[in-house]
Order: sequence, then C-alpha cells, then structure tokens
Amino acid sequence: MNQLAPIIATLRRHKVAAFLIGMEIALACAVLCNACFMVVSRIQAMQVHSGVDESSLAVVTLTGFDPAQASDLNARILDGLRRIPGVQSASVVNAVPFGQPAGNAGISLDPDGKHRAAVPHFYVGSPGAMEALGVKLVEGRRFSADDFHPMNSFVPDSPASVVVTRTLADHLWPDGKSLGKMFYVDRLSFRVIGVVEHLSRPTAGEEGPQSFDWSVLAAGTPGAKFAGSYLLRADPAQLSRVLREAKEAVATVAPDAVLDEENSQSISDLRTAYFRQDKAMAGMLVGIIVGMLMVTALGIVGLASFWVQQRRRQIGIRRAIGATRGDILRYFQTENFLIVSGGIAVGMVLAFFLNVMLMQRYEMPRMPFFYLPVGALALWSLGQLSVLAPALRAAATPPVVAMRSS
Amino acid sequence: MYAYYFQLGLRSLRRNPMLTALMVMAIGFGVAASMTTYSVFRATARNPIPQKSSQLFIPQIDNWGPEDTEDGEPPVALTYKDAVALWRAHKAPRQTTIYPVAAAIVPDDASRLPMREDAYAVTGDFFPMFEVPFVYGRGWTAEEDEKHASVVVISRAVNDKVFNGADSTGKQINIDDHLYRIVGVTEDWNPSPRFYDLPNTGGFDDAAGLYMPFSRAIDLQKLTNGNNNCNSDPGDGWDNYIRSECVWIGLWVELPTKADATAYRQYLDGYTAEQKSAGRFRWANNTRLRNVTEWLDSQHVVPAESQISLLVSLGFLAICLVNTIGLLLAKFMKRAPEIGVRRALGASRKEIYLQFLLEAATVGLAGGVLGLALTGLGVLGVGLIFEPQIAELAHLDIELVLLTLLVAVGATILAAFYPTWRAAQVQPAWQLKSN
Repeated sequence: MNQLAPIIATLRRHKVAAFLIGMEIALACAVLCNACFMVVSRIQAMQVHSGVDESSLAVVTLTGFDPAQASDLNARILDGLRRIPGVQSASVVNAVPFGQPAGNAGISLDPDGKHRAAVPHFYVGSPGAMEALGVKLVEGRRFSADDFHPMNSFVPDSPASVVVTRTLADHLWPDGKSLGKMFYVDRLSFRVIGVVEHLSRPTAGEEGPQSFDWSVLAAGTPGAKFAGSYLLRADPAQLSRVLREAKEAVATVAPDAVLDEENSQSISDLRTAYFRQDKAMAGMLVGIIVGMLMVTALGIVGLASFWVQQRRRQIGIRRAIGATRGDILRYFQTENFLIVSGGIAVGMVLAFFLNVMLMQRYEMPRMPFFYLPVGALALWSLGQLSVLAPALRAAATPPVVAMRSS
Repeated sequence: MYAYYFQLGLRSLRRNPMLTALMVMAIGFGVAASMTTYSVFRATARNPIPQKSSQLFIPQIDNWGPEDTEDGEPPVALTYKDAVALWRAHKAPRQTTIYPVAAAIVPDDASRLPMREDAYAVTGDFFPMFEVPFVYGRGWTAEEDEKHASVVVISRAVNDKVFNGADSTGKQINIDDHLYRIVGVTEDWNPSPRFYDLPNTGGFDDAAGLYMPFSRAIDLQKLTNGNNNCNSDPGDGWDNYIRSECVWIGLWVELPTKADATAYRQYLDGYTAEQKSAGRFRWANNTRLRNVTEWLDSQHVVPAESQISLLVSLGFLAICLVNTIGLLLAKFMKRAPEIGVRRALGASRKEIYLQFLLEAATVGLAGGVLGLALTGLGVLGVGLIFEPQIAELAHLDIELVLLTLLVAVGATILAAFYPTWRAAQVQPAWQLKSN
C-alpha cells in the first residue's frame, strides 16, 4: 500500500498524459461494450429456429399468370413437379420462412374485434404441405381432409382449422389451454386444432424478438386465390438438382407464367440471404473492435515507452538505493492499473449512456449488466499486456545510470 | 520557410519510425472506418431531387382511426376513393396518383419468353413533376389520362432490350396481352432514395421499366405489386375492393409556394371533416402533408445499420485521435532539448508552433494516404453489408478522396494543438542548463 503514494504523486505531475490514456480507455470501454453487445445480439438473432426442415425444402414462385387460369396452372405445375425424380412431395403454399411474407394480420380473441391480441403471420398450405415442412406437432392433431377449405381471401374460408406455434399459443392463452379455442380477423374466424413447436414467420415480427415465431398455419385448397408458390421437398443431397430441374419443368408446363428467380430458391439459401446483412454487420463490428483494441494497446505502449525513457534517471536512482527489478516492474504495472481503472470507471458510465441513446434512436434492446465487468476485465488485461514490454525495459535499467553525468 | 518546415517534418517522421508508424496507422484506420461508413450514409441520406424537394408533397389521411394506426401516424398510402377524390379536386397545379404494378412484356417473337418488368401506374403529370428526362418522345397528356388511353412510357433499358435502342415512339408494345402505344422513352432514371415510392421499395430498388396511365391500370383491375394494407376484410370482387378502406395508392402534389401548401393543408382538413360529417370517420381530423425531405425522414430511409456503423466508426476515430494526441506529445517532448536550442538561437514561439503543426500535418497526410487506400478497400466491401441497391450508390469519388485527406490532416492538426502548445512552452534556459 505504501507504494501507491509515490505513484499518485508522479501521476499528478503527468496529468495530461495520464488523462489521455484514461480517456482512450473510457472511449474504448464505451464502444467495446456496446459493439460486443450488438455482435452477440446479431449472432443470437441468426440462430432463430425456423421449425422446418430447411435443408430438404425449396420454393418455386411464379407470377404474371392469368388468375382465371390459376386452378389449371396449379394442377399442371404440381403434376410437372411430382414427375421430377427425387421429389418427395410438392404442394402449394402462400409463403415460406425467410421468403416473401404473404399475410400478416391482427387477430383478436373476441368476435367483435375490440381487443387486438397479436399480429401473427398466416401461412396457408395445400394437402401435404404441413408434412413436407416437417414442423413438429406438440399438441392436438394434424390437418385431415375436412380441414381444407377453399380460399376467397388471404386465408381459407371460415371457420378455418389452424395450427399455431407454441410461443403464439402461450401468448394468446397463458393458461396453456389453446386447443379448440377460436380467434378472429374481422369477419374471418379460426379454430386451433394443433400446436407446433416452432414455425418462424418469413420476416421478423414487430412485437419483439419472440414474435419471430408467431405463425399460424391454415389448410387451403389450391385455387384462383391460392396459386403461384410451390413447396418442394427432396433429399438434401439432391435438392439443388431437383430445384434446377423444377425451374426447367415450370418453363415447359407453364409457358404462360413468369418464373420469379429471386423467390425460387432452397430455404437454406433464403435463410443465408435473409441474414447476410446481420452476418456482415457483425463481421464489421468485430473488425472495428479488433482495430480499436490494437490502436489502444499500441497507444499505451507508445506513451509508456516515452515515460520510461523520461524517467530513466529516476529509475536508476531507485535501483541504486535498493529497489529490485520487481519493484520497478510493479511500479509501472500499478501505475497502468490505476490509469486504466479511472478510464474504466468513466467508460462504464459512457457505455451506459451510449446504450440508452441506441435504445431510444434505433430500438436496440437494453444491454445486460454483465457486459460492463467483462469489458472492464478485457481492458485491464489489455492495459497490463501493453505496459509489460516498456515496464520490463524499465526494470532492466542498470543502477549505474543514476551515477552517469547527464 | 514552409518548405523547410515540411522537410523537417519528413525527416522527423523517419527519426522515430516506431512512433510515426503507430500514429499513421491509428489515423489511417480511424479515417478509413469513418469514411467507408460515411460513403454509405451519404448515399442513403442524400436529397434525390434537391431543386424541388420543398415543393413536392405527399398527403396522408387517417382513414383507420386510433385503433388501427400506430402512434397516431396515418397510413402511408391512400385508399382508392380518397386518392381519386383528392386528384379530381385539382387543388394543385400538378399532381399524380401512383402505385406499382407488375407487367410482363410479351415479345412479338413467340419463341421468346415474356419479360417481367417493374412498372408504375401514374398520371401524365408524373413526368414533368419529377423532371423525368426523356431520350425520345414525352409523357402522356391530361387528355390521354381522361380517355383512359392505352399509352405507355418505357425506360431506355426496356427500349434497348425490345427495340435495340431505336426510337420506338409511336410503336405498339404488348404488355400482359394488351397493346399499348409508346409515347416516350425515358433516360436511365432512378432517383435514390426513390422518394416517390418509399412504402413499397424502402427507398432503394432497381429502376422501373414501364409507366402506364393510372386510369388504364384501374380499368384493367391491376392489383398493386406493392403493399396493400386493410384494417378490415374488403369483401369479394374489384368493386368492393376499390370502395374499401384498404390503402395502396400514393398521391403526390406539387405546391410551388408556402401559401399553396397552407391552402392545400386546409383543403385536406376540409376533406376529412367532410368525411367525418358523412359518418365515415369517427375520430379527430388527422392528416399529414409532408414534403420530400420530411417524407424521407419520417419513413426512416437511412438504414439503422448505416447510422449505427457511422456512429461506431466515429467513436473509433475519436479513440484514434486521443491516441494521436498522446503519441504526438511523447514525440514532441522528446525533442525538448532541440526546441530549447532553437528558442535560444532566436526562434519565436510562433515559429515553433508553425514547425510542429506542419510536422503534425505531415503525419496526418501520411495517415490520410493510408486511410484512402483502406477506404478504397472498404467501399469495395460495402456490398457485403448493405443491399446491392444501396451498395452500388457508395463509391470512391473525388469528393470522398478529398474529404478523406481533409479529415485526416484536419483531425491530426486538431490533435496536435495541445502537444504543440506544450512544445512552445519549453523554457530555453532550462533545457540548456540541464545539459
């Protein structure tokens, strides 16, 4: 403890240099904590469970056809797709995870629609689609032949049988009893017949991260209002060939329609494309973090070296009157620890306010508390590592320096 | 003398290669990170039509009420009945309704596949209002709008594909099995952000290939190729749909003076009040009339990614600068004896200032050159983070090059003020004495 007094006395004489290192640490702490938090939340977002067998599924989308011909088109396409060797199943869907959304609608639990309960995404699948998707049923039953209704709006005719995701069911009916319950969209009504573990919506919902899994799956009969998107299931190893052949097949069996290339891909490719931006953003933030830590470390090395050089005589004197190498080494390490601690104290406050600002302006979530001590620990180690080389050089100063005339 | 100081600066860079390299790298990294993210920010935050952005307005009407709107903000589009009613009232010298439609061009050669093009249904005023440049011909007239004429304006890209770039005005083109007469061919025109259709594009999209009369598109019962939002089920059939409260059409009006805008605002409130007294709306008047810049702002066209990454890299630049202050301080103070000798030989404080600021500027310039190289790499990498439509807007032009160098040199000089001041304070007597 008696070692602290001279260090503090010295720092008082080098206020500006000490302040500069402290500032640098403070800014680095604020940016480091927030940038790490952003990287981690993006990586977490990328882990979302779609609930479907992504590697076995692909979608083929057509546009530009005459709605009056849609029923005929559906029949021709499904027949054409099923002829492709390796296709395990082909069905009509209105949307797929990570593709174009087809219908987000606000639902209410009372027929009058007074109280909006949630805004889920409505998937519609023709017979076989639910099985092809591979969603895992955890309660209730799958669709039977009677559940498939024709489509006259964006969902099958009321009352439509639907399965919902676990998270949506828990949100709507917190008591856990969702089977047989009704919900409404305006004049349309829906009855829950089953609950699936996961089925993510095509694009993130607007009611927090958990709403990414708020989906409703309904059973529809293909027709004029339900045509154009086709779900293919094949062995993952054969999927890319099957998709290629499917695109060729569509061109021959439906020359009157236009293939929408962008929305005719495997679900894994759609997923990669959907998260491409998050991935690259996380990469860029990691790049900035590394650059920042490097610059900070080099800055500490530079200033500490300068200090050591400035104080060579004093170090020599201390050595001459009995200080060991260890004493000198510890001196510089303690000095660095004090400065960095000061910087971290300010930096934590800065980090907190930066997070609050990001929350207000960019709807970022609140940064969990533990990022602060982790960031502090990282900067303490960084400081100790950077000061090590100059401090060792200082410790190597021979006592004779004190006696040289200079 | 400046040349001499500059030479001294260069020599001093070599004397302390380690410290110099540290500073140059810090400045280079900091500047490159900031400039790369700034290039994207600049592309997304620019004004797409500066000469008219304060005269073009988009009216919004709250036809849904507080139950179905968020934070009291009216829907971003209009219903068919409102769009047409406002348009028919002719309260602005120029005005156009607009909605995106999908169109497939059917080539005369039956062996070729139809080509899908993004198109817009607009009125004839669209072209002069938004100053669309033409290669051939012109837009259509108000009369042709009234007659629901089968006319079309195509883009240069479509003209090149279908007519090999020849003047196609007056020729017929088959779109979705209907024949249209081409009246004009536009230049490659794709203002970014696409202010006139933000709800359906987010501001960035590939150029549209066709423009057709709104009245004709409605006759053909063409559905929007963009967003259609309903707060209640519109019911079956087209007639129910266009009478419904579903919103899917944009309306733009040109109001040259402030007085015009005020008058239009009053008209808009009068219109909603009328609807209210007719029993259609059961809530207080809630309208908006935003000009282009206000509209871009309200629709958050600048992606959050772009703002956050700019913010993070500016923080990084700040750290680099603090670092530079420290290193310059070390570098300059090392030379206290030299300064003492110069001062003793008669150099004034001002000359010391000048010499050391110029030396710092040399460091900044070196950092700027490194930063420029890194910015070049960074701009190439922008495509990894942002959508291609945005990424292609970010490029290293002369403005960005100059800005990079300016920021590097300016920031370094700023960082050098304190170290230079310390250097100028060196007492000659003290330095001479102790040696």
